[in-house]
Amino acid sequence: MTDPDDHGAVQGHEGRNLPPLRLHVPEPPARPGESADFTHFDIPAVDAAPRPDEAAAPGTMRDLAYGLVRVLDADGVAGGQWNPKLPPETLLRMLRTMALTRAFDARMFRAQRQGKTSFYMKSTGEEAVSIGAALALSRDDMCFPSYRQQGILIARDWPIIDMMNQIYSNKGDRLKGRQLPIMYSAREAGFFSISGNLTTQYPQAVGWAMASAAKGDTRIAATWCGEGSTAEGDFHNACTFASVYRAPVILNVVNNQWAISSFSGFAGGEATTFAARAVGYGIAGLRVDGNDVLAVYAATRWAADRARANAGPTLIEHFTYRVEGHSTSDDPTAYRSAEESSLWPLGDPIARLKQHCIALGIWDEERHAAMDKELAEHVRDAAREAEKNGILGHGLHHPMESLFEDVFEEMPWHLKEQQQQMLDEWKAAGL
Amino acid sequence: MNMIQAINSAMDVMMERDPDVVVMGEDVGFFGGVFRATAGLQEKYGKNRVFDTPITECGIIGVAVGMGAYGLRPVPEIQFADYIYPALDQLVSEAARLRYRSAGEFIAPMTVRSPFGGGIFGGQTHSQSPEGIFTHCSGIKTVIPSTPYDAKGLLIAAIEDNDPTIFFEPKRIYNGPFDGHYDTPAKSWAGHADAQVPTGYYRIPLGKARTVRAGEALTILCYGTMVHVVEDTVRAMGLDADIVDLRSLVPLDIEAIEASVKKTGRCLIVHEATRTSGFGAELMAQVQERCFYHLEAPIERVTGFDTPYPHSLEWAYFPGPVRIREAINKIMKD
Ligand SMILES: Cc1ncc(C[n+]2csc(CCOP(=O)(O)OP(=O)(O)O)c2C)c(N)n1
Repeated sequence: MTDPDDHGAVQGHEGRNLPPLRLHVPEPPARPGESADFTHFDIPAVDAAPRPDEAAAPGTMRDLAYGLVRVLDADGVAGGQWNPKLPPETLLRMLRTMALTRAFDARMFRAQRQGKTSFYMKSTGEEAVSIGAALALSRDDMCFPSYRQQGILIARDWPIIDMMNQIYSNKGDRLKGRQLPIMYSAREAGFFSISGNLTTQYPQAVGWAMASAAKGDTRIAATWCGEGSTAEGDFHNACTFASVYRAPVILNVVNNQWAISSFSGFAGGEATTFAARAVGYGIAGLRVDGNDVLAVYAATRWAADRARANAGPTLIEHFTYRVEGHSTSDDPTAYRSAEESSLWPLGDPIARLKQHCIALGIWDEERHAAMDKELAEHVRDAAREAEKNGILGHGLHHPMESLFEDVFEEMPWHLKEQQQQMLDEWKAAGL
Repeated sequence: MNMIQAINSAMDVMMERDPDVVVMGEDVGFFGGVFRATAGLQEKYGKNRVFDTPITECGIIGVAVGMGAYGLRPVPEIQFADYIYPALDQLVSEAARLRYRSAGEFIAPMTVRSPFGGGIFGGQTHSQSPEGIFTHCSGIKTVIPSTPYDAKGLLIAAIEDNDPTIFFEPKRIYNGPFDGHYDTPAKSWAGHADAQVPTGYYRIPLGKARTVRAGEALTILCYGTMVHVVEDTVRAMGLDADIVDLRSLVPLDIEAIEASVKKTGRCLIVHEATRTSGFGAELMAQVQERCFYHLEAPIERVTGFDTPYPHSLEWAYFPGPVRIREAINKIMKD
């Protein structure tokens, strides 16, 4: 029995008949050399998740934050209440956009390995997250992405040469070579400038959505972060604001299970789902099969309709798996089981949609192989074009004096002075 | 008008002129702000344009970045400058760099208002002067008025400006000028020439200093509450000093500084913020680089000490008349 009077009298646990306290430090199910095991991962049936009315109160759909919205079953057959029943041309467009994104990633990854740029990040296996969402949103809705949603730009038909120019930081880079590769900005495509500071885009998206609502606009905002990044304060600031003002915003969490070498347990994923973060804020929360592009599309469409009906924000967790390394600077075999990625039970988003299209009779293996070949040539040609504008470090960059532009709208005296000094120094050095 | 009324009037004028100006912050709506700076604005312009926010400074600024990117002109209030630290990442990494990193595609045209500085027995968490943090970061402007007239004209210019601006309001002089004599009754702005504030629109361009008093003996560079403390000390000493109120630190009126120091040959810098890496260090460097051959004595600075802001010993910490007088005597000795 604990003596209620001895508090403060005894330091530590000696003399008290209590077990010592223990700190729980999460550990992933498997490390390198160990066998990965997803057999305990419970995959609910396709028709298990009900589809509530878009304007339903968050409290009535609590279970959706713990379940899994699915459309495509293991055989590639679409079913359940969330089936968006898309026409063939949309399905094939999704397929092509995902395949183009994968081809783009493959090419740019290689470009980094060839020393043409400093850095790259692939979205392999996560293409459905960006492309399903991008096709469900209106083109003029504003996206506040993280660094693994290149698929949004591609789905919005943004020229891949422009993206490559950015990656090469060359003279064709509209961002004047100021951003790390893949940190795109394309206002015209409704694609907000990407920040390297994780999750800062979250409250910004909410602010944009609040502004749209305050102005009586009809456009909404959507934002993305990784599950690791949900631990940032900005994530929670954003949820508070989104909930308080019922901002017309979609808050996407891409749960690819790894944050560089830390598994999702370090972001709180052992204790609950990431969709369930919504519950405490009174926000609608959906947990979605992130490798099922139709489920991503359906959930995003539902959330967009909800936002447009002034019924408030939605938080969507896209449950997926990061197949490749975190970035070109990462070696996943150093911290996780080598076979893990191939055992992920929700499969590959492109393979699953391909299977579905073939089953529908609108697609076949030959056409798919031909498409892959054509897309590989397309990105190769685009990369060659982009390389004519220069690759990183080879001199074809923006003029030196542009270094000082855009710090302020008008250049103040101290920047002009520093600019002049730099130019004089280069000249004096004979360069 | 006192300074609070002048600040209120600036927001009123700008909200009237531009439907994209929105005011947001903790308690700024219904209640009108803890210092009443936003009083009456919600009543007049509605809750879509003037609203209370959750208590998350980082959230307030993050949301304001998004609003600015949408096309609004947010005027967020941070209740006390001491609470701006939680918002630093959104201010420094986001607002300040958005234009640069997007090569002008997106901008964050916000004006962050925040009462700052000591002299009100506010202790560690209601007294700090963090301006040096912002002047050190590229892409953000820092403005500090010292009179009601300037406060209104500068705030209007800041709200119209397309760059993010930190607008620090010296709260010690919200209701009246302060000469540094904490043991004498508080003064009021009533009847003060600088409190003659027009009700309509006018602007004071950012980056232009104000000559508080022209003189030949030495130059004193100061801003905010210190302008008044310096002015009174100089008057009491019967000294012919050139007092320059900087008004904005970024952009800085380097021409006014250079002209004054070259004229007088002596320079004193006074600010409330802590000394090490404070803005005074930058001023000293600029004066040294530009006016070295005109100087007749080493440049001096009177600043807050490098301690956290104290409570009961506030007047020992505050750069008051005693310390300013001693510094002037030292400069004038040679
Ligand atoms: C504020 C901040 N802290 C740390 C980093 C370094 N960092 C970059 S990516 C990353 C992991 C993010 O993981 P997650 O959010 O799960 O996204 P994922 O990369 O898995 O898509 C970290 C720690 C950063 N960019 N910003």
